[in-house]
Amino acid sequence: MKEENTPTPEQLVSIDFEPPRKSWMDPAVKFRKGTYCYSGVAKHVKYLDLPNPREWQPTDSDWKLPPDWKKIILDGMKERLEKYRSFRLFMDICVRCGACADKCHFYVGSGDPKNMPVLRAELLRSVYRRYFTTAGKLGRLAGARDLDEGVLKEWFYYFFQCTECRRCSVFCPYGIDTAEVTMIGRELLNLVGCNINWVIEPVSNCFRTGNHLGIQPHGFKDSIDFAADDLEEITGIKVDAPINKKGAEILFIVPSADYFASPHYYTLLGYMLLFHEIGLDYTFSAYASEGGNFGLFTSHEMIKRLNNKIYAEAKRLGVKWILGGECGHMWRVMHQYMDTMNGPADFLEEPVSPVTGTRFENAMTTRMVHICEFTADLLKNNRLKLDPGRNNHRRVTFHDSCNPARAMGLLEEPRYILQSACNHFYEMPENTIREQTFCCGAGAGLGTDENMEMRMRGGFPRANAVKYVHDKYNVNMLTCICAIDKATLPTLMDYWVPGVEVGGVHELLANALIVEGERERTTDLRGDSMEQSGAETTDA
Amino acid sequence: MAAFYSLILVLLLSIAGYFGGSAAGTFFGIIIPYAAIAVFLIGLTARVLQWAKIPVPFRITTTCGQQKSLPWIKYSRLDNPGSGLGTVFRMALEILLFRSLFRNTKAEIKDGPRLVFSERKFLWLAALAFHWTFLFILLRHLRFFLEPVPGFVLLAQTLDGFFQIGTPVLYMTDLVILAALAYLLIRRFSDSQVRYISLFADYFALFLLLGLVLSGIALRYFIKTDISGIKELALGLATFSPALPAGLSPIFFMHIFLLSILVAFFPFSKLMHMGGVFLSPTRNLANNNRMKRHINPWNHPVKVHTYEEWEDEFRDKIRAAGLPLDKA
Amino acid sequence: MRDRSLIYLGLLIFLAVVTFPFTYNLAAGSGEMPDLEYPDNETQCVESKEFMRSSHMQLLVDWRESLVRENVRTHKTSDGRTYDISLTNTCLAACHTRKGDFCDRCHDYSGVENPYCWDCHIDPEQTERSAR
Repeated sequence: MKEENTPTPEQLVSIDFEPPRKSWMDPAVKFRKGTYCYSGVAKHVKYLDLPNPREWQPTDSDWKLPPDWKKIILDGMKERLEKYRSFRLFMDICVRCGACADKCHFYVGSGDPKNMPVLRAELLRSVYRRYFTTAGKLGRLAGARDLDEGVLKEWFYYFFQCTECRRCSVFCPYGIDTAEVTMIGRELLNLVGCNINWVIEPVSNCFRTGNHLGIQPHGFKDSIDFAADDLEEITGIKVDAPINKKGAEILFIVPSADYFASPHYYTLLGYMLLFHEIGLDYTFSAYASEGGNFGLFTSHEMIKRLNNKIYAEAKRLGVKWILGGECGHMWRVMHQYMDTMNGPADFLEEPVSPVTGTRFENAMTTRMVHICEFTADLLKNNRLKLDPGRNNHRRVTFHDSCNPARAMGLLEEPRYILQSACNHFYEMPENTIREQTFCCGAGAGLGTDENMEMRMRGGFPRANAVKYVHDKYNVNMLTCICAIDKATLPTLMDYWVPGVEVGGVHELLANALIVEGERERTTDLRGDSMEQSGAETTDA
Repeated sequence: MAAFYSLILVLLLSIAGYFGGSAAGTFFGIIIPYAAIAVFLIGLTARVLQWAKIPVPFRITTTCGQQKSLPWIKYSRLDNPGSGLGTVFRMALEILLFRSLFRNTKAEIKDGPRLVFSERKFLWLAALAFHWTFLFILLRHLRFFLEPVPGFVLLAQTLDGFFQIGTPVLYMTDLVILAALAYLLIRRFSDSQVRYISLFADYFALFLLLGLVLSGIALRYFIKTDISGIKELALGLATFSPALPAGLSPIFFMHIFLLSILVAFFPFSKLMHMGGVFLSPTRNLANNNRMKRHINPWNHPVKVHTYEEWEDEFRDKIRAAGLPLDKA
Repeated sequence: MRDRSLIYLGLLIFLAVVTFPFTYNLAAGSGEMPDLEYPDNETQCVESKEFMRSSHMQLLVDWRESLVRENVRTHKTSDGRTYDISLTNTCLAACHTRKGDFCDRCHDYSGVENPYCWDCHIDPEQTERSAR
């Protein structure tokens, strides 16, 4: 562990679920190391023209709020109550049945009652009642609280302890979605300059250079060229990977971690090899070099500001349609926000697979197709030759990433690919996959190291399900289709289930993919030997 | 404490109804019920209109099953509808059978550590039992408000008293609603998590309903009253020619007073989930986001970083990397 | 918004259902409390009018129990009058000869359908009619 004070798994799992005797309405939040994220750095806040850039930390007693911060927040609430029916409705109709309580990974992993989705929402709801309802004039008896700095600090602590994974929303009888509440909560906090650097820096980088990591065009080209060289070394094939190519048929958008982080990188190799094999006429873009959108973790306005470049670049390059790589929250934006915010995409064509001729009926207006949909179609039409034996050294399970699962329903496509490409595939328990999947514990901008204890707590339910298949079937590879997962699950696995690696679906696909003209492969894309270690060859 | 205060309040209201009826019959029997129904109708309408006025800027369906994508992949029509019709069915399941609550499980950390999930359907069962019996009981009560009594009301009574136990015949719904309310209340006390989140209003609604049900049960089975007198009053209210018959039981006044309070409390409370459940954007929208464009009425322009600005900023680096430029 | 018309429609349906008693009664005419036909030969029932109105079913059930289970055939009232315990011979034959104009009027009015008295006891009026 990088943070020396992170508790051991044994310490961490002894959790007291008995709530305190004191009422939750008295705000009492301690910013303990390991459970919160550092504040947004002024430079980035300023670059984005966001309010109140300054030097501060959550642990400071004075947060240097603007003098009229209360009015700003209440005006902001009023505006949003009039703009989002979801917000107003979710403030009004919760009956506090508690069905959501133990559905939240942060509650399961921390036992902190304010991590129950219902109470997380009540933090905001109590202020809503006080200032926007008749009954709220009665005060605490009506569940209403005055807005003060204590309440604001509590908002900061708990709205940056929610990964907007929407698992609670599956179980809520009224579909109340805490992600929606958290998103509004974070927007309000941003109005007075309270944000976290692990979100605001990527946003600022992305706005300027086109991607979260701040990689400039030449760096981007280097990364892609490097990947092509790596592929040549492994397979003997020199693939073509065009960038900013006008007139290509397809614009391919990936999360930036794919070309700059590990183990994402092997998935990037996977895409590039696949596209070479099918002869796809595509292009990367150095301007739209980020599929991910940390605007989703900032404000609706910021989603739109960052997402704008996707359609703009597709239009500029004159492509027919857009293909998107493996990323979770990116797909929440592409699927549920992009067309509404920055559409209509009438300058694109309805997406048709150039290889199989399949029309992607489900993407007719947004005109952006998920790589798993695209590849599943190739496989179904027998356009790919696979040798799943090349993945025999991997005993694989699949982690449904929150957003593709609960904001799209992309469940079968990746499984179809994995089952075609691997001989050893095992599902985790039913309550932890598909629409009931558990978050990695570090989504929505919380994947930073200073937040390590909370990440390990939030990731506990996911890790525990992996441990189950690890113990039972010797599973040694956790696959996923989300860049944040790929970045944060390895740490989680090291902590809870050592011996399990994290990989992408297209990484395993490319391991198995028989490419015309390739030399015999002795290693997988990671350079790991495909030899199986003895104990792991027999099926359980 | 919240539970205690709300119990006290409901007891005070009950006492007020009990004694108020004989002291000021017209007020408790006619004026308050009329006022309550007016508050209910106006309040509920205003709230729903307010919700309707607010746009749904984004289609934020929570998908609970496989999406409709490639034709050979079976998709989940009810939990992830791809069309309006599927959404109607999804909503029907949600509203009539509480589909989402049915998913409820209990997660516990056992030694190992192992996170173990177990069935927890009682909340669903009690909630469903309460809501359906409440509806059935309302239906039965129409015999006081309608003349002649329509066949469906008589049928509801006959079904409810099917087992013909006792005189007057025991209604099954009376037992079920009492059991369901008792479960919901006991759960609020005994489950420490739910107790922690419960507010005054949560207990108040439950105590109010219990008071209403208990006074109704008392009137039917224990402290008999002249029901043709009650009908005369109810019918008088329904025909806007209210008259207060003599000899109504104080328990009856308690019953109608608690009902009036419940009805008037409704539009200002969480009980509005009755209307809200229909409007929940995570449930009542089809997951056809990429098939059909959703319009946001307030979609305003934002500050963006255009390609031209980007190219200007990084021109030299783009050129050095050998990437194409729009403006050389 | 596209869904507003749907919401308005739903709200109208709900309001129509809730206010159904008002509209129904307006259409069906006002339902006055029914007039009952009282016996000419008697001015007093077994118990007070108020008691009979609210609790006659309890009295009849008590009668049934005492006759069938305990073989008690006479009912003595609180003020010392006595009655033969019999729905057919005491209530129906002596006073309320026309069930339809007495029992049924209130029962129909209050929607108390078919109490199971008539599973065993015979409406004398009907017997008379069929005997003719």
